[in-house]
Amino acid sequence: MFILFGMPIAQIMLFGFAITNEINNVKIAILDKSKDKETEKIINKISASKYFHIEQQISSENQIKAIFEKGKIKAVLLFENHFIKNLQAQKQAKVQIITDASDPNTANTITNYTNAILQNYIQENNKIKTENYQIDTQTQLYYNPELKGVFTFVPGVMTVILMLVSAMMTSISITKEKELGTMEVLLVSPLNPLQVILGKVFPYIFLSIINATVIVILGVFVFGMPVQGSVFLLAFESFLFIITALSLGILISTVAQSQQTAMMLSLMGLMLPIIILSGFIFPISSMPLPLQIISNIIPAKWFIIIIKAIMLKGAGIAIIWKETLILIGMTLFFILLSIKNYKIRLE
Amino acid sequence: MSIQVENISKSYPKTLAVSDISFEVKEGELFGLIGPDGAGKTTLFRILTTVLLADEGKATVAGLDVIQDYKEIRKNIGYMPGKFSLYQDLTITENLNFFATIFGTTLEENYDLIKEIYIQIEPFKNRRAGALSGGMKQKLALCCALIHKPKILFLDEPTTGVDPVSRKEFWEMLKRLQKKGITILVSTPYMDEAALCDRIALIQKGQILKIDSPENIVSHYNKTIYKVRTKNKHQLILDLKKYPSHYSAFAFGEHVHYIDQNIHFDPTELEKYLKEQLHSEIDIAVAKTSIEDVFMDFTMLNQ
Repeated sequence: MFILFGMPIAQIMLFGFAITNEINNVKIAILDKSKDKETEKIINKISASKYFHIEQQISSENQIKAIFEKGKIKAVLLFENHFIKNLQAQKQAKVQIITDASDPNTANTITNYTNAILQNYIQENNKIKTENYQIDTQTQLYYNPELKGVFTFVPGVMTVILMLVSAMMTSISITKEKELGTMEVLLVSPLNPLQVILGKVFPYIFLSIINATVIVILGVFVFGMPVQGSVFLLAFESFLFIITALSLGILISTVAQSQQTAMMLSLMGLMLPIIILSGFIFPISSMPLPLQIISNIIPAKWFIIIIKAIMLKGAGIAIIWKETLILIGMTLFFILLSIKNYKIRLE
Repeated sequence: MSIQVENISKSYPKTLAVSDISFEVKEGELFGLIGPDGAGKTTLFRILTTVLLADEGKATVAGLDVIQDYKEIRKNIGYMPGKFSLYQDLTITENLNFFATIFGTTLEENYDLIKEIYIQIEPFKNRRAGALSGGMKQKLALCCALIHKPKILFLDEPTTGVDPVSRKEFWEMLKRLQKKGITILVSTPYMDEAALCDRIALIQKGQILKIDSPENIVSHYNKTIYKVRTKNKHQLILDLKKYPSHYSAFAFGEHVHYIDQNIHFDPTELEKYLKEQLHSEIDIAVAKTSIEDVFMDFTMLNQ
């Protein structure tokens, strides 16, 4: 009943708020080589808009790669040397918009919005001073210069499939035993709970590993997805995520009494949040704050960050250790909760 | 004592399943729990097989406490739940091997114990369990429950949904297992099977009405039962219930079993009454008391 009536409410709220391709408070950095009156005005204008939040000022191009690898800052605005001088002397000055295109949609939107702000600024300026200045913007896309959509959906699909196979199938196969009554016989046997669960989970570990490998291979060879970072790290992180998903599946099976409940729980409780809140389709940074906070408890979010960082940015463990730790923490939490919830007896 | 139950109670959120039950099962005994559906038999089985916790009371199985020593108990008992609980998509052999492995043994090791049962289903050994007939499913389940040579066997309604011939065979098997020293606790809703147990407990609405051997239960019953037959059975029951000194009347096969309150009951007077009620082909005779008669009487008193 709760699912029947609660779902439409949850869905409409989620879709209404989260599902927008607009950007909001995107974190950007400024590299202002000129530091003059005009650039200051432009920066103020940008920072005044609700679309951008200026997170930091950097001083050299060398820092750009490092801040993109961290993944927090999505774009860098670079003002050339002698900006005001060029503007006055040549009536034209250059601004470079460098975006992190591992999420092509956001990158595109950022570029468009920045352009619009710059144009708006020039127009206002020209009207007042009756001059004919121009700002020449150059766009540079990091990681995904061709803005290929496949770069987002390969990690996304991989996450969804791993969740589906690991969490949903595990929970269904365990609850099936409860439904058929075989769980009762297994309980009245010398097998301990760990053996029963491991036995149920083992095949799905293999299945998931094969699935993950196939997706990565297809992504690389069919869609030209790069693997910039270490393949071993990628394999390790994928394995970690498989374990996370499996432990979620076990947790669901300790709560659900029937296959149907397990399926509903997996679909509603796992699939939807993954698709909507993990940043797979809709950028997290432009969601309202409550949803951004909720997105933190979704393991898929962290996994998507991790594999994008490894595949597109060539990040090593030094950069993604935080996300990895979060996943490990979540997995441990789910396993502990499952052990606590697992019943050595029937209800 | 093989099984000892002391004041066990268990209730579910809305129903009282078992209420203050106590009984004992001796070693090597074939003990029957007899009662209709919903009497609390399955709940009692689950408590004794350690998969359910009782609200109150104490129980030991093979001298081990069902709560503290559940792990040890689980090694020593064979349990066949009322619902068919084997893997439907595994074959007979696969199921047997699976359960043998779980209990850390092999099919060969205890083959002599299950041999007689196994040879009956052996022709179908490569058939999936889900595709077996009711009787064969039960035989397979019994094999699986016996595979680790348990000391005590718990059989929850093993013959429900099984044809009469297979039921008879099944009970013969139980008798043979009993001779091999296995204590058996079996439940059944069929009164005719009760007579095959060493001792039985009549159970209804979570309470035990009577515990004794089937013979004693029948011979200690002091009321005389008459079997009455007329052309119209349905009307007969209604009319018998209107007879002033009637105690009980219920359908029993093609007869109606009738008990009168009066010890000096005279069948000819009843015949006269029935004639007045326009019954024809009236036949009244003293019936042999059966477990079912006793059970019906106890049930009535209990209500």
